[in-house]
Amino acid sequence: MDKAALAGALGAPSVFGQSQFAFVRGNAFEAKVKADGGTELLRLAHEKLDRAAEPPAAARVPDLTASGPEGRLERTRLALREAAEESAATPGTWTLLDHPMLALDVAGSPAFLEPDAVVVHPDGSWTVVEIKSFPMLDGAADPAKVGAAARQAAVYVLALEKVAGALAPSPRVRHRILLVCPKDFSNLPTASAVDVRKQRAVTARQLSRLTRIEEIADTLPEGTCFSPELPAERLAAAVESVPATYAPECLSACELAFHCRDRSRAAGAVTSLGRPVRAELGGLTTVEDVLAAARGRAGDPDDPAVAALRRAAALRAEALGAAGAAAPTAVREVSPCR
Amino acid sequence: MSLIATLARLEAVSTGRAQPVATVRHRHLSERPLVFVPLTTAGEAGAPLGALVGTDRDAPRLLVVPQPRDRDLRSAFLAELADVVLPYVDGFADAVEAAERAETDPETGKRVKVEVELCADAPQLIVPSRAGVDFVRLLGRSMRFRRTAEQDPEAPFPAPPRVPLLGRWLTHFGERARVPGSSLLLAMTDLLGRHWATGQSTLEDQHLGALLAWIAPPGGRSGAEAAQEAELARDADGQLVCPPAGPATDPAFDNRLLAPAIERYDRARTALAAAEDGLEADDRLGALTAAEREIRALVESRTRPTWDAVWHGLDLLRELPPGARVEERWTRDRWSFTGHRDRVLAGEPPQPRRDDAVTAANKLAVREREQTRLEAQEALDDPLVMAGRRLAGEAFAGEVVDVVMAYSESKRPSPRPLVTVRTDDRPHLGERARAYRSLGGKPQTAEFVGYETGPEDGLVVLRVMDRMGRGKEPEEGSVPEKGDRVCFTLFEHEPRGGAKLPDPEETPWTHGGPPGEEAVPEPADPVTEEDVL
Repeated sequence: MDKAALAGALGAPSVFGQSQFAFVRGNAFEAKVKADGGTELLRLAHEKLDRAAEPPAAARVPDLTASGPEGRLERTRLALREAAEESAATPGTWTLLDHPMLALDVAGSPAFLEPDAVVVHPDGSWTVVEIKSFPMLDGAADPAKVGAAARQAAVYVLALEKVAGALAPSPRVRHRILLVCPKDFSNLPTASAVDVRKQRAVTARQLSRLTRIEEIADTLPEGTCFSPELPAERLAAAVESVPATYAPECLSACELAFHCRDRSRAAGAVTSLGRPVRAELGGLTTVEDVLAAARGRAGDPDDPAVAALRRAAALRAEALGAAGAAAPTAVREVSPCR
Repeated sequence: MSLIATLARLEAVSTGRAQPVATVRHRHLSERPLVFVPLTTAGEAGAPLGALVGTDRDAPRLLVVPQPRDRDLRSAFLAELADVVLPYVDGFADAVEAAERAETDPETGKRVKVEVELCADAPQLIVPSRAGVDFVRLLGRSMRFRRTAEQDPEAPFPAPPRVPLLGRWLTHFGERARVPGSSLLLAMTDLLGRHWATGQSTLEDQHLGALLAWIAPPGGRSGAEAAQEAELARDADGQLVCPPAGPATDPAFDNRLLAPAIERYDRARTALAAAEDGLEADDRLGALTAAEREIRALVESRTRPTWDAVWHGLDLLRELPPGARVEERWTRDRWSFTGHRDRVLAGEPPQPRRDDAVTAANKLAVREREQTRLEAQEALDDPLVMAGRRLAGEAFAGEVVDVVMAYSESKRPSPRPLVTVRTDDRPHLGERARAYRSLGGKPQTAEFVGYETGPEDGLVVLRVMDRMGRGKEPEEGSVPEKGDRVCFTLFEHEPRGGAKLPDPEETPWTHGGPPGEEAVPEPADPVTEEDVL
């Protein structure tokens, strides 16, 4: 389903987009890293992950082109099997898979994944390679971006483990992935091994807990349709029939976040102010409920959450009253942005 | 976030306007701050696209890099930036006042007072958002190791003369911004968020336009509506009406407006280089100038709204009266500025890429101490912040209902009066817990004796311990009287700051010291061969 188109049809378009500068730069950097049959990339893999192994020379880079994702998936499986045989036959062989295709079962439907590269070490083990264009400055990169890359790589690790499980003997999928970034302010690649065991465990658990799509589909009313061509009200009703709990974190992850935010705000849900806010307020979930409880108009005074709210409201009123005249009353208007 | 701040957010939702979470201004605002609104090129680490910078809200200086991937144009931008920022910074270096500082005498090893200079005021940099603070730090890092032709005649692509110095100053501003409560470099979104709670999440508060829309919604509209418009409204061209505060630009702007303009500029430049005679070159130079002017206009159109928003934010903040202890914290910023001025004058090398263990430990200790100090001072300056501490059981306020004179049991008895306070707060008072109140700006200590009846009645008995003078009878006004409103805190007003770290020479090798041979000056970043990144 094209969630971006759906969000557009709902009147709350998503704001995701990539600047062509970033796109060009990212592609140029990836091409540079993989140039010359991946010499530089394999050098980094050897240096950061597998120094005991023989240094890579003339690595195998199998051709993975095929028509359609299924075809490429099959090519990738074949290439990985061949690489296993090859490393058994000729010790010291490195293999680089450029943009392999993997598949992972997400809530009962297959999702195709395309890692930047997978390296097969001489000992037959596999490493996921993530190439990113954010800089590694003095050996450290932006932790938020590294975290995102690690979560992404963890999904690839899980998908690779599925492939490995089908082989006999099944090769080891390394839990330390290779993150390749530009060094400082240059376009020279540098790399760091990132341990993704935690992210892998979290993702595996989340995947196993996801409600299967068929089960969600079963709960929907007959004839529910998410086609963006439908009139907005029917579409909104259809989206409404799928349960979703909006939190501000959704804004950076989901195309439908603005739609959900509008619904959440209209319903007065306190979660729209952030998950920690929701956690503080006990059983009170809407703005009106909380304010009514704080002002003593509703709620059970013996409920600790309600009692704390009332104390907070009283203290706040007292402090504002004390500051009273000093507090600014009239705030000048913002001139609208030009 | 305390429950009081949460309540303020909920009230903002229901009233459609941001609600105060402070009754005084908790940060120093300079009379003449330098506002800096930078833009960067997407996907590049050290490639600024342009900036508005200056101290005059009506006349910002517009700096633009028409082709951000061109090394020479980037250098020209940084040189221009240095021409604006360094004179501003230097303007504060000369006006000094005499001050005293405790230093260790190198011969006797004793602590002695030394007369030193302290700059009477310090520069202040204001950027729109937290990402802007990071960008200042990044710019500082990218410049401070550069070599000028004078420093190193062999260096390929020498930096313009004052660029490395600018890098050192921006690094200092960036480092200082990590100290809680400091005001040398401030982000407008942080400043506004400290003083107002909006009806949206803190994540959404990072958008300066939306934040301002909640605090001062235009035209009698609701804050929610105005904020949503600031966040999402686009014009007929698909451009955001209120551009992001940067330094990152909106992808739609990059793709639809900026990229074609840069391409036209590149073409005009290639054409100029290929011109065969003077007449042709004149024409083509005209085309190049026009292309450059177009990019300048684009950059200005994206930075000017943010520039105006930052100044509007400053107006709003200036309407708040400054907190009583803000000036004291600013003095610490002045010390920090003076210290760095002295290091630059003494010809010390730029800040290293990585701090050594001793420096890092010191920085961490300073930040922890300043965090404690900031929390205490904000509460003492502002009843609304104190209300949060009272709610958390870390302070209590009430009326004095009884004062009984008592004396200590030493040879020369000193006054130790017992004061009973009636409070509705629920402080976490342990046995013999210390409580402090502010007496003429200095903390007076009291010891918790017990509850007169039981904790539920809120009659707290305290024994006042100090600040009553040397005599047998306490000095006038040093002991609370019956009927007084008092506020005691369970936290100290001045951070004690733990054990002092040893001098670098005394630091054992296990902890990174003592320093070895003279540190080698750090090499400049190697330059990549490609001119265009």
